[in-house]
Amino acid sequence: MRVPPGVSASDFAEAIKQFQEAVGKEWVFTSAEDVALYRDAYSPLMGEPNELVASAAVAPDGVEQVQKVVKIANRYKIPIYPVSTGKNLGYGGSAPVLSGSVVLDLKRMNRILEVNERNAYALVEPGVSYFDLYRYIQEKGLKLWVDVPDPGWGSPIGNSLDRGGGYLMPQYRNHFDSHCGMEVVLANGEVMRTGMGALPAAQTWQEYKSGFGPWIDGMFSQSNFGVVTKMGFWLMPEPDAYLSGTVIVPRHDDLIPLVNTLNYLENTRVTNGMPDLASPLLGIPMLSEFAARFDQGATPFDRPQDAELTALIAKAGGNMSPELDDYAQKKGIGYWSCKLSFYGATKANAANWAYAKEKFSAIPGVKFEEGDVYKLPLTAEQREKVHKPQFGIPSLAMFSIGARSAMNPEPSTGHMWFSPIIPRTGEAIFEANRVFAQAAKELGLPFLNFNLPSTYWERAFIFIFAFPVVKDIETNKKNVASFRKLIQVAADHGWGEYRTAPVFQDAIMNTYSFNNHALLHFHETVKDAIDPNGILSAGRYGIWPKHVREAKS
Amino acid sequence: MKNARVGLLLALSLMITAPAFAAPDQDQIEKGHKVYDKWCFPCHGTGLGKPGTDSLAARGQKPAVLEERTDLTVPAIKTFVRHGVLFMPMFRKTEVSDADLDAIAAYLTRNNKP
Repeated sequence: MRVPPGVSASDFAEAIKQFQEAVGKEWVFTSAEDVALYRDAYSPLMGEPNELVASAAVAPDGVEQVQKVVKIANRYKIPIYPVSTGKNLGYGGSAPVLSGSVVLDLKRMNRILEVNERNAYALVEPGVSYFDLYRYIQEKGLKLWVDVPDPGWGSPIGNSLDRGGGYLMPQYRNHFDSHCGMEVVLANGEVMRTGMGALPAAQTWQEYKSGFGPWIDGMFSQSNFGVVTKMGFWLMPEPDAYLSGTVIVPRHDDLIPLVNTLNYLENTRVTNGMPDLASPLLGIPMLSEFAARFDQGATPFDRPQDAELTALIAKAGGNMSPELDDYAQKKGIGYWSCKLSFYGATKANAANWAYAKEKFSAIPGVKFEEGDVYKLPLTAEQREKVHKPQFGIPSLAMFSIGARSAMNPEPSTGHMWFSPIIPRTGEAIFEANRVFAQAAKELGLPFLNFNLPSTYWERAFIFIFAFPVVKDIETNKKNVASFRKLIQVAADHGWGEYRTAPVFQDAIMNTYSFNNHALLHFHETVKDAIDPNGILSAGRYGIWPKHVREAKS
Repeated sequence: MKNARVGLLLALSLMITAPAFAAPDQDQIEKGHKVYDKWCFPCHGTGLGKPGTDSLAARGQKPAVLEERTDLTVPAIKTFVRHGVLFMPMFRKTEVSDADLDAIAAYLTRNNKP
């Protein structure tokens, strides 16, 4: 049996024995076969000596058992690494950041404690998945939607603590922002509730976020300051209807007014679903069309098969090209498009789309395509064909991106996401593409094509590039090295990643270095104060306990 | 590691060609159906947007839907669930317990011919 770093074999054996007493022998996993199930299936270090792996796993069934485990870990200074459902694929899975940690697997804590239809919220435990919550709501016939990520097989608590996003109205799309109230087991085993939950007779724990005094919920996301054992979420009441429409603009530079107008319409809530940027000319699909394209037997990156166009795109290499403008106009193909989604009353959706068209009409040559109009709830037939996350339905279809298909006969074994935040402007999209195309060329990366950002957040874009993880260790090593260089390239331009896999967390935290790493020093001060033995998730998001920092220096 | 993977795939291919003959009881099959619907159907089911089914179809597997197969073996099913393959990750025992996995295997081998 592997022993955690800095722990004696006898102490570890005693801790394991006490873990077994706390949670039941069958829920402490120590055999190599069982512990291997906690490997990150998409790890770029898979099969290397430095792959991040667990030494054991402990699976409590309730908050009291979590408290016991934490106290035992403190007694023997055992590093533990909580995961909710462990499905953070592409960003680390269920493997710890500090190799040899004991995974605290919260999957058994899978109770849906409350779903309140009248005031539209839920209170859940960490092991509740999006599918679980969705099925519960369906079975009860509640008129509520859950904003789900894509693919949606993780958990509301895990995804929100890693600050994931979705597709519905802006106040739900940012999954951390849509939470309301937490219960946290601290490193000393104490249970704390945040927001109104600190009031023993609280009546609004899931309805008023900040409670009284400093609002500290953010400290438990992307961190290692506590084990979140309950969390509330605001759910979206099912709207009456859905409408979509697409705006298509003809020229390269039209992306600038397209984004400006989009921002105005979003920030004034004229359009309230996730906008979906695409380029018909360059063959960049809408995010909501990715999986459907596979079902149609096509690749998501289909574009007009034309040698002239292919040559022009290659020549432009991510930059502006007047020739591409000419080609788009000659062929009548839109350079850019943006699908808008509207949730609400049928008449209001139609009026908002009409107003949006009025605003976009300031762009010369703009065209509009009418999209889908659905009276909700969807019929069974409609549910089958829609992009499910846009209707609050969890789906795994997005895995088509990397799975084997007719267009992808030699699939990768995983991926890692490089995902910097850039300003929500057309100019920033051009600049990021120019910079990353140049970097990709220098690094010899064949897969960083012209990219359009994702629009989950209201006030910033995320640029998301998938780095493939393959069976060949040398290729993975090269990609990890390239990823590290891109982190620095991005930081040099003022773009920082929003989330990353453990292997890059130190490097990215190091780019958030304003005033001699003042922010990281603050995190470390908090860490040392509330977790003096450094037992919780050592190294997560670049925050290391004092004894590890001292050993490193 | 690479050799281990090759070995695993070879072992799996041998297992797939050897049908299972065990006849599990109906309760076990029904339980397996439920567990399958929860854990496997979202990727391996019928209908649009099922990457597991699409992946097997792209490999030429007929039928590509696992529930329609009559040639899966219990060891092969268990190996895929506990080791994963390509984009499919492994599943932990807190997700799919050993008992659940036995039930899934019973369900997916229910139509195998002796």
